Amino acid sequence: MTVIEFLAAGGAENLWSARTQMALSLGWHIVFACFGIAFPAIVVFTEWLGHRRGDAVLTGLAHTWAKAMGVLFAAGAVSGTLLSFEMGILWPGLMDRFGEVFGFPFVLEGFAFFVEAIFVGVYLFGWDRLSPRAHMLSALPMVGAGIAGAFFVVSANAWMNNPTGFRLDARGEVVDARPWAAMFGPSTWPQFTHMWLAAFMVTGFLVASVYAVGMLRGRRDGHHRAGLLIPLTVAAIATPVQIGVGDWIANTVADNQPAKLAAMEGQYETTAGAGLSIGGIYQDNKLRYALEIPYGLSLLIHHDPDGVVPGLEEVPADERPPVNVVHLAYNVMVAIGLALLALAAWFGLVWWRRRRLPRTAWFLRAAAVAGVAAVVAMEAGWITTEVGRQPWIVHGLMRTEDAVSPAAGLSWGLVAVIAVYTVLTVFTVVVLRGLARGRDTLAPQEQEAAR
Amino acid sequence: MTLAEAVLGAAFTGLVAYALFGGADFGGGVWDLLAGGTERGRRTRERVERSIGPVWEANHVWLIFVLVVLWTGFSGVFAAAVTTLYLPLTLAAFGIIARGAAFAYRKSVDTLGMRRFFGAAFAVSSLLTPFFFGAVVGGVAAGRVPPGIAAGNVIGSWVNPTSFLGGTLAVLVCAYLAAVFLCGDARRDGEDDLAEVFRRRALVTAVVTGAVGLAGIAVLRTDAPLLFDGLTGRGLPVVALSVVAGLTALWLLMTRRYIAARLASALAVTAILVGWPVSQYPYLLPPARTVDEAAAGRPTLLALLIALCAGAAILVPALVYLYVLFQRTPSERQEGGHPPG
Repeated sequence: MTVIEFLAAGGAENLWSARTQMALSLGWHIVFACFGIAFPAIVVFTEWLGHRRGDAVLTGLAHTWAKAMGVLFAAGAVSGTLLSFEMGILWPGLMDRFGEVFGFPFVLEGFAFFVEAIFVGVYLFGWDRLSPRAHMLSALPMVGAGIAGAFFVVSANAWMNNPTGFRLDARGEVVDARPWAAMFGPSTWPQFTHMWLAAFMVTGFLVASVYAVGMLRGRRDGHHRAGLLIPLTVAAIATPVQIGVGDWIANTVADNQPAKLAAMEGQYETTAGAGLSIGGIYQDNKLRYALEIPYGLSLLIHHDPDGVVPGLEEVPADERPPVNVVHLAYNVMVAIGLALLALAAWFGLVWWRRRRLPRTAWFLRAAAVAGVAAVVAMEAGWITTEVGRQPWIVHGLMRTEDAVSPAAGLSWGLVAVIAVYTVLTVFTVVVLRGLARGRDTLAPQEQEAAR
Repeated sequence: MTLAEAVLGAAFTGLVAYALFGGADFGGGVWDLLAGGTERGRRTRERVERSIGPVWEANHVWLIFVLVVLWTGFSGVFAAAVTTLYLPLTLAAFGIIARGAAFAYRKSVDTLGMRRFFGAAFAVSSLLTPFFFGAVVGGVAAGRVPPGIAAGNVIGSWVNPTSFLGGTLAVLVCAYLAAVFLCGDARRDGEDDLAEVFRRRALVTAVVTGAVGLAGIAVLRTDAPLLFDGLTGRGLPVVALSVVAGLTALWLLMTRRYIAARLASALAVTAILVGWPVSQYPYLLPPARTVDEAAAGRPTLLALLIALCAGAAILVPALVYLYVLFQRTPSERQEGGHPPG
C-alpha cells in the first residue's frame, strides 16, 4: 500500500495512525501537565522563602521561574486543548457509548483548569499590582487546582483501566450510569498518587538539571546553587515515596488487570514462586535472555515467595497486550526510578551530614541527566499503563479498534500533528533555553515601566 | 425546562462567554495582523498584548468547558459532530496551539526576527481559528451533521455557503468585539489617540458585519431553509433585538461612551447567538436529534447540573476578580510588589 493510499484510507485502517497521534499528543502534553501540577508550588515556595529571608536571589529565582511557568502553562493549555478535541475526533466510539459514565471528571477538570488559568494570569501579571502577601496567596488556588485537575484526569484514565459505576443491559448498552461512583474505581487513588508524585519528580529533577548544567559550566553563584537545591530537594523527597507507591500500584494492577501485569513481567505461565525478570525479549510465549531474580515477582506482588502469579496464558491470545513494549517500558521506568533514588539518597546523605552539596562534579553530572531521565521514566510508565491495557480502550468492555473513528483521511491528522509538534517543540526549547540563560527579557508591563 | 435543556443551556452559556471573551482575544490578534509594519503597528500590538495577556488563558477555558459538558451530557451527538467535522476542528485546534504558544513565547524572545515570527503566527492563527469555529457552527445549524459516527460528508459539512458565512461572521464579530473592548482599555490608560483608531475600526467593522449579515439572509434562504425559517419565524424577536442592540452600540461608539458600547455590543452578539438554538429548537442536530433524545441518563445530567452550580460558585467570583484586577489602571498598584531587575 502506498503512503497516499494509507493516508486517504478510512475505517479500521485508522487504528494505527489514531493510536500514534494520541500517543504523541498525550506524551507531549503530559510533560507540561507535570509542570502545571508541581511547578506553582515550587515557585511560590521559593518566593515565600525569598520574602521571609529578604533574599533577593531567591526572589529573583522565583521571578525567572514564574516567566518559565507562563511559557510552560501556555504550552500545556494549548496541547491539552488538542487532546480534548482528539478524545472525540479519534475515539468517538468511546465517547458515544461511555461518555455519560466517564466524561464527568473531565467537566470537573474543566473547572479546575479554569481556576488554574485565572490565577496563573493573576500570579504572572500581578507582580506589580498586588502586595507580596496577596501575590503569594494568589498562587494557592493555582496549586490546589493543579492537584485537583490531575486527580480528575487520572480518575478518567483509571476508569478506562477498571470501569465501574454503571450497568450494561442485555444489548450491551449502558444503563444506570453513576458518574460519581465511576470516578472512584480501584485504580483511581494509586494511579493519581503515582502521577502526582511523578509530576514533582519530573518538575524537580528537570528544573534542577538546568542549574546543574550551569554549575558544570562554572556558574556557581547563589542563583545557580538555589536553583539546583530547591527543586532537587523536592524531587529527592518525592522519589522514595514514589518507589513505595509503585509497589501499591503494581498490586492494584495484579488484582484488576492480571494480563497487564503479566505483560509487564513477560510472564506466560501462571507460576507459583515466580521470578522477577529483567530485560529479555518475549518470543513464542517465552521471555528469553532475561535476568531472573528467583521468587522476586511473587515476593513483590504477594509479599510471599510461593505466591501464585497469573500469566498471559490465562487470557485468550487476542486479548493480550504487546508484551515486549510493555515489559521494556516497565523495566526502563523501574531502572530509572531506582537510579533516581540512588541520586536522592546521595544528595540527602551528604546534606544531612555536612549541610552542603556533594563536591564532586559527578554529582552535578548525575543531576544534569536526572531531568531528562525523569521524563523518560514517566513516559515509560505511561506507555506501560496505556499499552498494557491494549487491546482494550475500556478494559474488558470495548476494544480500541471498535472505538476509533472510521472517517476518511483521518491519518492526515497524524502527519499534521507530527509537523505541528516538531515546530512547537523546537520553539519551546529555544524559548526556555533563552530564559535559562538568564537573558531576562522584560515582560510587557515592565517594558511599559522601563520606557 | 427539562434537565437536558438546563445542561445544554449551561453549555450554550459557556459558548456565548467563549464568543464574547475568547472571541475578543482572537479579534485582538486580527488587529495585530492588520496593524501594519513593525514601527507603525508597534503601539497597537502593545495595546493588544497588554489587554489580553493576563486574561486570554482563562477566556480560552470556556471552549474546554463547552466540549466537556457536551461530551458528558450529549455523548452521541458530540461523537457525531466531531467526527463529521473533524477537519475544521483539527485545524481550529492547531490554530489554538499556534495562537497560544506564539503569544506566550513572544514575550520571552528578544530578537526582532523571532518576535516577528511569533507575532505573525499569533496574528494569522487568530484570524483562522474563529473562521473554522464559525464554519463548524454553520455546518451543524444547516443540518449537515447527521447522527452517527462520521456519518456526514467530511468535506461538504463545512465547505458550503452557510459554513462560509458562519466563518466570515465569526471573524468579523471577533474583530468588532476586540475593537470595542480596546477603545475602553486605550482610553483608560490615557492613549486617547489609540482609542480613536480602535473606535474607527469598530465602526467600520460593525458596518461590514451588518452588510455581511444582510447578505447572509439570502445565503441561508437557499442553502439552509430550515435555519432561515427559524430565524425569520420563531427567532425573529432575538434577531431584531440583536439589530437594535447593534445600532445602539454604534450610536454609543459615535458618542464615545465606550463602557456602555461594550455592553450593547455584547448584547448584540449574544442575541444573534441565541437566535441559533431558538430557531432550531427542539433539535440538537437538525433535523434528526432532539435535545431530549440526545441527552445522557438522568443521574449523569443531575451530577452535571450539581457540578455546574458548584463550579459556578467558585468560578464567577474568581473571574470577576481577574477582570477587575486587570481593568484597574496600573497606577493604582500597591507599594512593595515590584519584581527585581
